[in-house]
Amino acid sequence: MSGASKIPAIVTEVVEVNSLIKRFRFVREDGGPMPGFSGGSHTVVEMEDDGRRRLNAYSLMSDPADRSGYEISVRRDDGGRGGSMFMHARVKPGMRMQISQPVNLFGLDLRAKKHLMIAGGIGITPFIAQMAQLDGLGGRFELHYAARDRELGAYMNELSARYGERVHRYYDTEGQAIDLPTLLKGQPLGTHLYVCGPKGMINWVLSTAQKQGWPKGALHSEEFLAPPVGEAFQVDLALSGVTVNVGATQSMLEAIEAAGIDAPYLCRGGACGQCECKVREAEGELLHYDHWLSDEQKEARSHIMPCVSRFKGSRLVIEL
Amino acid sequence: MSLDDAFKDPFFRDESFFGKYTYKNSPAAIKRFPFPFPEDDYMYSVNMEPHVSGRPGSVFEHAFDVDEHYVSEMRDRARVLADDPLRCQSLPHMTLAGWDLLELIMESFARDYPQWFELHKDGNKWHWINRPLGIDDKFTFLDESTLPYGPMEYITRQAQGDFTLQDQREDNLWIEAGMVTSQADWSLDFDIGMSFHEWHAPVPLAGKMGVFDRALKFLLQLQHGAPVRRFNWTMTVDPLLDTSPENYHKWGPSKTTLSAENIGQRQHLRVELQTLFRLPRSNAIAFPIRCYLISFEDLVSQPKWARRLHRVIKNLPDELATYKGFIRNRPLMIEYLSQFDDGAPTSPGWWADE
Ligand code: FES
Repeated sequence: MSGASKIPAIVTEVVEVNSLIKRFRFVREDGGPMPGFSGGSHTVVEMEDDGRRRLNAYSLMSDPADRSGYEISVRRDDGGRGGSMFMHARVKPGMRMQISQPVNLFGLDLRAKKHLMIAGGIGITPFIAQMAQLDGLGGRFELHYAARDRELGAYMNELSARYGERVHRYYDTEGQAIDLPTLLKGQPLGTHLYVCGPKGMINWVLSTAQKQGWPKGALHSEEFLAPPVGEAFQVDLALSGVTVNVGATQSMLEAIEAAGIDAPYLCRGGACGQCECKVREAEGELLHYDHWLSDEQKEARSHIMPCVSRFKGSRLVIEL
Repeated sequence: MSLDDAFKDPFFRDESFFGKYTYKNSPAAIKRFPFPFPEDDYMYSVNMEPHVSGRPGSVFEHAFDVDEHYVSEMRDRARVLADDPLRCQSLPHMTLAGWDLLELIMESFARDYPQWFELHKDGNKWHWINRPLGIDDKFTFLDESTLPYGPMEYITRQAQGDFTLQDQREDNLWIEAGMVTSQADWSLDFDIGMSFHEWHAPVPLAGKMGVFDRALKFLLQLQHGAPVRRFNWTMTVDPLLDTSPENYHKWGPSKTTLSAENIGQRQHLRVELQTLFRLPRSNAIAFPIRCYLISFEDLVSQPKWARRLHRVIKNLPDELATYKGFIRNRPLMIEYLSQFDDGAPTSPGWWADE
């Protein structure tokens, strides 16, 4: 759970952007305006998948100034646990769904003299909203966007048409790559760097910038992890006095929710820290997949993030 | 803009917060005073709760409380600002947060007090009417050049309480804009640019308990649409809103003039209703700090509050009484309040007994 009320919404458009990506538009069921939001925000979409409740976070990509509706893009993940499959196969215009209030874990630093954005694949979506917002505010930005090929480079043409020279495009299959060291060296003082894309890309961008001496406060990244699949296990909730069975394709958080327990969360992707739980007992191995806990905490086996992390062993007791 | 028509609604009192101090609570305002002690013991805590609509008539019936002191308080703010313009500051990157705050307050006022405020929107062309203050302005949302002040200053000259705006970055909150004219002994000019822990550093005991680490973590995750609130309190001699460090030389000495004869009229309990809102476009956090003052004399008209305040003041650790600035007059307060405490049990919660 999270304190804020959900937004009852209706899907008004489903657009096939390319063979892997679909775009969805939501408007409020009561016809009212959506809350304003800041570029980089996400919303959590609730899916009722034949009795199983799935909640996935997706970046908002529509113009934050447009309060008539929200748009997200979903990349189909054929090997995943089914949230994106559900969005692709089952969600049709006219469907009613609950979405969360916007939450921003990837905000713009408005003190920046310039915003340098680096996107890989579907990681483009938060930038689409950020660029629209900066354009309205008169902020200075530049986008470098890499995709596998022309077919999968969603929104490339629209963005170039809208922002012209400020958009730089790279296609892997055509042997184009961002010349990162040169790009980073040429930036004016006061530039902030933002990266969103696959893990490898984020690490590459951040480590290159750090090597060049960029201040930590000027580096921003966002990576939502999809909760990984794994083996089934059991967890005892010490405070609620309940034992929960976590299925192989279910996250611990989802299993806890299915047992009727209101557990805190925001991102459901191991990034925000909201779901952090103390571990009371663990006979076995804690499988940490988040990037919230520090290495010391992981080593001490003192905490776990139920939204993405799992367990392998005979007994796990957490404080919930 | 003119204040000439200000007092047409007799609901609003014409009173002063300085000089002759004609500030006073009506009987209805006493009944709805936010008495901050739910129990006979007081311990510093962060004690936040959802800022949802509360009891009809109470100070948290609405997101922002507009009460009988509104017009006079806004006049007092204008007076303080005329003396010291640095009471209102906003770093350049906080302008968007200022617009967020303006929108939040205008929408709330117009929805909750339609008899006094109106907001009409046609895209970004907005029309704002504030009857109690005699304001009728048309402007373009997000275009500063169409307002007489920056957006935060414009709207907080029309809203009771102090306001600060916190930017969020690097897993911290930075106080980078504010309108502060009725503060309990802290200074915007001194604190601007500080991080969360820096500006809380002076509270004794609390740092040790790790409450600020937990509070910061909680606030970083504050969600849009789910504001929270908490209370704070202190003591002020005379109903002076502006007890700022800049002006300590003006208000500090009044503490030495308190006596058994005048304490009932002059000693005031000062309660801050602090709320926190996540702002949508800027992702900043707005922190309205609303101040309520009640004289001891008025407060003891509610027997439950009289008994409880006596017990709280008597049992408060010395560090806290010192920090809150009333250690010197504590014996006088206890003596005065003890007349109204027969030792009877008090009912739970803070509401006055019916
Ligand atoms: S919900 Fe964000 S880290 Fe688990």
